[in-house]
Amino acid sequence: MSAGSGQIIGGLKLLLLQALVAVIAILLWHIGSTVPIGGVYLLPKFFFSTPADVASRVFSLFADGTAKIVTCQEPFDFTRLLSISAPCFGKTIWQHLLITLTEGILAFLIGAIAGIALGFWLARNALLSAVFDPYIKMANALPRVVLAPIFMLWLGLGIWSKVALGVTLVFFIVFFNVYQGVREVSPVILANARMLGMSERQLLAHVYWPSALSWVFSSLHTSVGFAVIGAVVGEYLGSAAGLGHLIQQAEGNLDTTGVFAGMVILAVFVLAIDWLVTLAERRLLVWRPPSAAGQG
Amino acid sequence: MLPISGAQRGDTRPLPETSAQRETAAARAGNGNAAAVRFRGVEIGFPLPDGGTYAAVAATDLAVGAHEFVAIVGPTGCGKSTLLNVAAGLLAPSAGETFVLGERLAGLDRHAGYLFQQDAVMPWKTARDNVAIALEVAGIPRPEALERAQAWLKRVGLAPFGDRYPHQLSGGQRKRVGLAQVLIRDPQILLMDEPFGPLDAQTRQIMGNLLLELWAQSRKAVLFVTHDLEEAIALADRVVIMSAGPSSRIIGDHAIDLPRPRDASEVRLLARFHELHKAIWGQLRAEVLKAYGMEAA
Repeated sequence: MSAGSGQIIGGLKLLLLQALVAVIAILLWHIGSTVPIGGVYLLPKFFFSTPADVASRVFSLFADGTAKIVTCQEPFDFTRLLSISAPCFGKTIWQHLLITLTEGILAFLIGAIAGIALGFWLARNALLSAVFDPYIKMANALPRVVLAPIFMLWLGLGIWSKVALGVTLVFFIVFFNVYQGVREVSPVILANARMLGMSERQLLAHVYWPSALSWVFSSLHTSVGFAVIGAVVGEYLGSAAGLGHLIQQAEGNLDTTGVFAGMVILAVFVLAIDWLVTLAERRLLVWRPPSAAGQG
Repeated sequence: MLPISGAQRGDTRPLPETSAQRETAAARAGNGNAAAVRFRGVEIGFPLPDGGTYAAVAATDLAVGAHEFVAIVGPTGCGKSTLLNVAAGLLAPSAGETFVLGERLAGLDRHAGYLFQQDAVMPWKTARDNVAIALEVAGIPRPEALERAQAWLKRVGLAPFGDRYPHQLSGGQRKRVGLAQVLIRDPQILLMDEPFGPLDAQTRQIMGNLLLELWAQSRKAVLFVTHDLEEAIALADRVVIMSAGPSSRIIGDHAIDLPRPRDASEVRLLARFHELHKAIWGQLRAEVLKAYGMEAA
């Protein structure tokens, strides 16, 4: 991961070693689930499925999904997708992914905007922040999963109850980072900006805002990750579509292969998002010294 | 760290002979016009946790002429930076008044540029943007501000580094950005708080020369705080000595009659430089030792 280890062992060698870990793990899983050792399977198929089954299920999910998109007569309509009433809805893996992605993106955007707005407001207002402090701590200490049924009651089984769950997770991460970012602006930079003749509004735009945003960006991996977790957990607890729904359905049918296939797809999905976040981060935090930028 | 009451603080009076020196200095500086910066009976105290007051600076009178380069030298913790913050309007004195260009100072000093000891440029802006923002906040359109910023970067020797972020520059280069950022606004008064303190000896002399060169072009009033007596003599027209804290005050005010234009490193080789250094060091030494908690010899 870090530049240091990359220098100690070459990039290609590192990649090979990383691949080796996966190969050994899959091999052990394969042997345990298909080769009887002393007459017993160490990893019985019923509980652990097999790598080959999972791989073929993942493949068929995508192959089947593509076929269904082609045969589906209903024209694809994004607004109908949100209302979960289109006949084609939830039939293909692509639509499940799109639903989870949509929920994650909405949860991230709403949570981030709310967190930035409230973080700024409270950080610049000592009285308000003191008044709200215990309530914010209380809300943050609450395990958000317990809110999922409430959100379902309020917002229905569609995407908005999942978005709401994601928002409650993203909001606090962004909020605390913005709050800290505004509070911990270097007093020297602030005094210098004042001496350069900046008004309060200009201080906000040129000093507080960039400082707060840098804290938000450095927590981007965490907050984006939580947006997806909110979506998947919400789907898992009750929905008609999405990756969480897929996994939950498979579990309900004692379909271990389906559960593992869902987890594999979910892992790749999250890795892809994380990679996009890394790209965004490199562009946005270009002014940061490398050591500080790597801390996020 | 002596907590003293307001009444006790009033007792501290400047020495008679330095007071006389100051009168002549003020007259010389004033030259009939209003001084750029004038402290009148400025006292600075900070509240202590136990309810008392820590008197950082006792009643101080000082005037900096419109085109004068004044250096304040004193041992660490003598309140010289605190005095500078009062001149900038960043800190309100507990007693006394500050006049800037003849007007009583209330709030921030709008005529002053301040170069801080620590890095004060915005890390999220490139060198050019950091300099240009000083004009942009005054309502100058961005294209013009960027153009003038590039010209200033050239003057401080950073022409090729406009697109670099502060962390990609060396300490000396960051100071140059700070200098350009302050000077591009063309302030009447330049306040400098040990600006070259964190730099190595060679870079300090190079920066000193750069400062002298830029100062010679416009002859702003400069109030330069440093703990380095040699630097002060090499740069300034007047060197003001402050006593060790608490209740520090001005105990010496020396005119530096070295010829200008000067070279900040070569001027140190002149015989007159050594005479001045010897005379002022004699006074400063006792204060430095006091600050270290020792008995003066």
